[in-house]
Order: sequence, then C-alpha cells, then structure tokens
Amino acid sequence: MTTTTSMTPPSSPPDTTVKKPGRMRRPKSARAGGQMHAGPIAYVILALFTIGSLFPLVWTAIAASRDNNRLAQTPPPFWFGGNLLDNLDIAWNDANLGEAFFNTTIVAGTSAATVVFLSTIAGFAFAKLKFRGRGAMMLIVIGTMMVPPQLSVIPLYMMVAKLEWTDQLQAVILPSLVSAFGVFFMRQYLIQALPDEIIEAARVDGASSWRVVWHVVFPAARPAMAVLGMLMFVQTWNDFLWPFLVLSQTGNPTVQVAVAGLGRGYTPDQSLIMAGALLGTLPLLLVFAIFGKQIVGGIMQGAVKG
Amino acid sequence: MATHDTAAPPAKEGGAAPGRPPAGPTGAERRRARLSRRWQRDMRWSPYAFVSPFFLLFLAFGLFPLIYTGWASLHQVEMTAPTDMHWVGLRNYTRIFDDDFFWNAAKNTLTIGIISTVPQLLMAMGLAHILNYKLRASTFYRVAMLAPYATSIAAASLVFVLLFGRDYGMINWALDFVGIGPIDWQSDKWPSQIAVSTIVIWRWTGYNALIYLAAMQAIPQDLYESAALDGASRWKQFIHVTLPSLRPTILFTVVVSTIGATQVFGEPLLFDANKGASGGSEHQFQTLGLYLYEQGWVNQHLGRASAIAWTMFLILIVVGIVNYVISRRLRASS
Repeated sequence: MTTTTSMTPPSSPPDTTVKKPGRMRRPKSARAGGQMHAGPIAYVILALFTIGSLFPLVWTAIAASRDNNRLAQTPPPFWFGGNLLDNLDIAWNDANLGEAFFNTTIVAGTSAATVVFLSTIAGFAFAKLKFRGRGAMMLIVIGTMMVPPQLSVIPLYMMVAKLEWTDQLQAVILPSLVSAFGVFFMRQYLIQALPDEIIEAARVDGASSWRVVWHVVFPAARPAMAVLGMLMFVQTWNDFLWPFLVLSQTGNPTVQVAVAGLGRGYTPDQSLIMAGALLGTLPLLLVFAIFGKQIVGGIMQGAVKG
Repeated sequence: MATHDTAAPPAKEGGAAPGRPPAGPTGAERRRARLSRRWQRDMRWSPYAFVSPFFLLFLAFGLFPLIYTGWASLHQVEMTAPTDMHWVGLRNYTRIFDDDFFWNAAKNTLTIGIISTVPQLLMAMGLAHILNYKLRASTFYRVAMLAPYATSIAAASLVFVLLFGRDYGMINWALDFVGIGPIDWQSDKWPSQIAVSTIVIWRWTGYNALIYLAAMQAIPQDLYESAALDGASRWKQFIHVTLPSLRPTILFTVVVSTIGATQVFGEPLLFDANKGASGGSEHQFQTLGLYLYEQGWVNQHLGRASAIAWTMFLILIVVGIVNYVISRRLRASS
C-alpha cells in the first residue's frame, strides 16, 4: 500500500497548478461593445428599472408592517407601520414556517450538493474524456434541458402515491437530483478551465481516473461548482408545482407550500400574508446581497457558452 | 482495493524480490500486466461510470415518467385508484379536444405567453444595452435586477395580487392620477392576463438582460470601430452590429421563454386564491398548466391530465422543430 503515497512527486502536486480562481471572471480586455460612458438618460432608465425591481419587495415589507384595515384604504401605505414583528411572529406560527424552513433547507441543500457533484463528474467526462457514444449522450443531455419537468408530474405522482411518500421529503428531493443544465454548465466550464496537459501529467504519474477527478478536476472546477450550487439552491428553494402537489401545508411543507397556503387560507389577513411572503423570500435575498456578484457572474458565464 | 490500481507500473522493482526464486521477474511482469490491464479497464469504463449516475436518475425521474405519461394518456385512470388502468385508446384526447375549456386554456396560454415574453425580452435587450455602457456601480444594478429572480413565484404572486387590487391596490391608485378609472384586474379578461403576465415579466426581465449583456460583451470591439469609421450612428451600430451578433442568444432566450410560457402555473393559481385551479371565475386566465392541474387533481382524472401533458409535449416538439428550421435558415443566410 505504500505505493499509493509515492504516486505524486512532492515537487509538482497537480492540484496546486490548476487553481486559478480568477477564471470565472472574464478578463477586462475581452470586454467590448459599449465602452462608451453612459449618459444621464441611461442612468434615469436604470434607476426606473431598479425601482421597478425592488419596489414590490420593499412594499412587501411595508404591507407586512401594517394591519389588514390599513391595507383596505386608499391611498395605500408608502411607509412602514409598527406591526412588523407581531405579523412576522403570527405568520411564522400560523404557516408552520419554522418546520418549512428546516424542510426547505434540507431539500435545497441535498439537491444542490448532489447536483453539483454528479454534474461535475459527468461534465468532466463529457468535456475531457473520450468514449464511445459521447456525442449522442451529450445530445440527450441538451434535449433533456428542453423538456419541462411539469410534463412528468403525473407518473411521478402515481409513484409517490404508491410508495405512500406523500408529505415526505424524499418525494421532493429525489426528482430534483437530475439537472441536465448542471451537466451542460460544468462541461462548458471544464472545457476551457482545465488544460489537457494537467490531466496528462497526472496520468503519466499513474493516477487513476478517480484520483484525477479528486485531485485535479475538483480543485479546477471549484468556482463553477460554487456558482452552480447557488443557482440550484435558489431554484430548489423556489420550486413550487411539485412540492405543492406532494406536500401539504400541515404535513412537512416547504417554504413555498407554506407561503402559498397562507394566501389560500380562510383568514385573508393581507398583512399576515405579506409577512409570510417576506419571511419566505428573505433568506434568498440575503444570499443574493452577499453573493450577488458571483451569482451574476455565474449566470453570465453560463449564458455566453449557451 | 481501489487504491491498488493507482500504483505506477515501474514503481516497485526491488521491493518484492529478496529471497525469491527465479520466478520473481515473471511475478513482477505478471503484476505489471495486471496493472496495465486494470489501467486499460479504468480508461475505458470510467467515463461511463462518471456519466451513469446522471443518466440513471434521468431515466428514473425524467424519461420514464415522460413516456409513461403518454401510456397513461391512453387509459382511464382515476386519482382514487392510480394503479387501476383501463385502456380507452384516444378517448382522453377526443374528450379534451371537445372541451371548450381546453381551447380556452390553450388560447390563454398563447396570449399570456405573448404578453409576458415579448415585452420582457425587448426590455431585457434595452436594459442590457444600457448595462453595457461604462457605468458607476454597475454591479449594484445587476444584482438589483436579479432580486426578482430570487423571489419565489408564491411570494411574488401574493404581492402582485395586492398591488393589482381593484379597490385599494397601488396600481389602480396610480392610474387614477392619469384619469384611468378603476380596472378590475381579476375579473376582466385582458386586465387579468396582463396582471398575470406582469408577474412573469417582473421575475425574468433582469435575468434575460444579464444573458444578453454577456453576449454583448463577447462581441469584438473592432466590429464597432469599423462601423464607426463608416459613419454609422449608435443606433445603426446597434441594428447592424449588436443585433446580428446576438442572434443565437436571442433564439436561445426565445426558446427558453416559450418553454416557460407553456407551463405557467403558480402565478395564475395564486392570482385568484379563492378560485384556484379554474383560473378566475370565467376561466379568463386559466393556462394549460392550470387546466392540467384541474383535470388531474381537482376532477381526479389522471388519464385525461396525462393527455393534456402529452399534448403540451407535442406542442413543444413543434416549437423545437420550428426553432431548428429558423436557426438553420439564419445560419444559411449569414
């Protein structure tokens, strides 16, 4: 067994040579198109769009800080009232949001981690390994991206009903582990981010394919894996149709099921509904506030190649 | 045992030999042969090992359900006994095509799709053009425009229900200033479809703008410089340089938006919380996605719901073929 350690000469460990965290961002020199400075009109339009994007979110918080009576008056409120904490508290308990947050974190976390892992190894195989059927399989992956999951819900629902998995989290997790987009995304990234020579070098050192993945591919893919993980987390967190079909508000809801249940309940207290919507959105808005730049970069990165 | 095959063939020559009879070298050779065989097996099969988890999951949760939907659409299946299937041939399809609500839902899906997609992509294009200028705080605008994308359908729909409220909603309050009387955004057909589309537009414009922006940044600068030398105005440059370069991206976003538009579900479901699956009291904003849900989960006819899903699938295939033909034409012409 000592042979395994003699594999990689300490002088040139393959994993340190490929770490280039700056890869995700495009070099400034490649930017082109409009390097002209923006005029005042451009800033006005941008300001309008920014307000349009953010206003409904801010107003959610404003409405959540009022009460039902105030929301049934004109003009509508434009500033915060004093009910925010009370409403958040009631919505949290009424909508079962504590459990919902816990469930959604498990679902989105498991799904994102699995998708990232499986997409990275599959993306690596499609990007760098030669095997029979590669082209055809890649076509299937791309074709899969075009088929909306909504069309498959009926047999999935029959399966879940037969296994008596309704109201159980695995019913939501399992179908969310497949992401053709993830495979495509990682393939596009690894094609340009992972030089063939490094794989060759590891091969010459006698590394098996699995060791190559572990010591060469994963370090090189880390930035893209982070972005894909965030995109998948957001997507699974916000998933609505399938969780809505198999989970109920009282049994193991995800956040979206719980929030939607608030709106469909018998107590149409609008300020409470807004409080629930606010709570359901807040975690992701925080993620975006912190990692916004990386997420923007990731979406743009995926777009150029797509 | 997985660690064994990682040994480099020539690494151990002296180690195993001491005290061995002349059979030693052949033993080493045998090991070397074994290792290289293992090596070849690794090179040959590991790609399949890497892609197989994805394909196995895809088979189980993607392909199989899709095909089984087609099979179920030829049967009578009720929600109460999902395993009890009776062959009915194409009757589910004839039933659907005879149902006025199906055509109503198909029309609504089409109009909501157009109202939501066309302005969305046009605005995204303009926005991307502006974001492509040198800007102060450019990251801030990009993140701000992506905030709706981070908002779930459920939360967004619930807020817009309030904003579009007939009596106390902010939008009617603002319209009042320009002399437009209170609009019933829920019961009237076109206003309700515009309101539902607004939710879609709000959530996706910023995302599409980023995709266009990425494509714009990949256009080589010298194309603009030579256009400027020829005396082309900024507008002309946009028409003759930017748009042609963005063709594949535009096609991509159109396809993705079309797929999204065929399956609009949560927005209309939550837009009238009391009516739920019917999409308004007169079905005025019931989409195909909602119609599928109504047939399958409210009326409990899973077979008929499968027929709706399969019909939607066929529509998407037609869209895909049209898209393929158009993109080939475009490539041939340029």
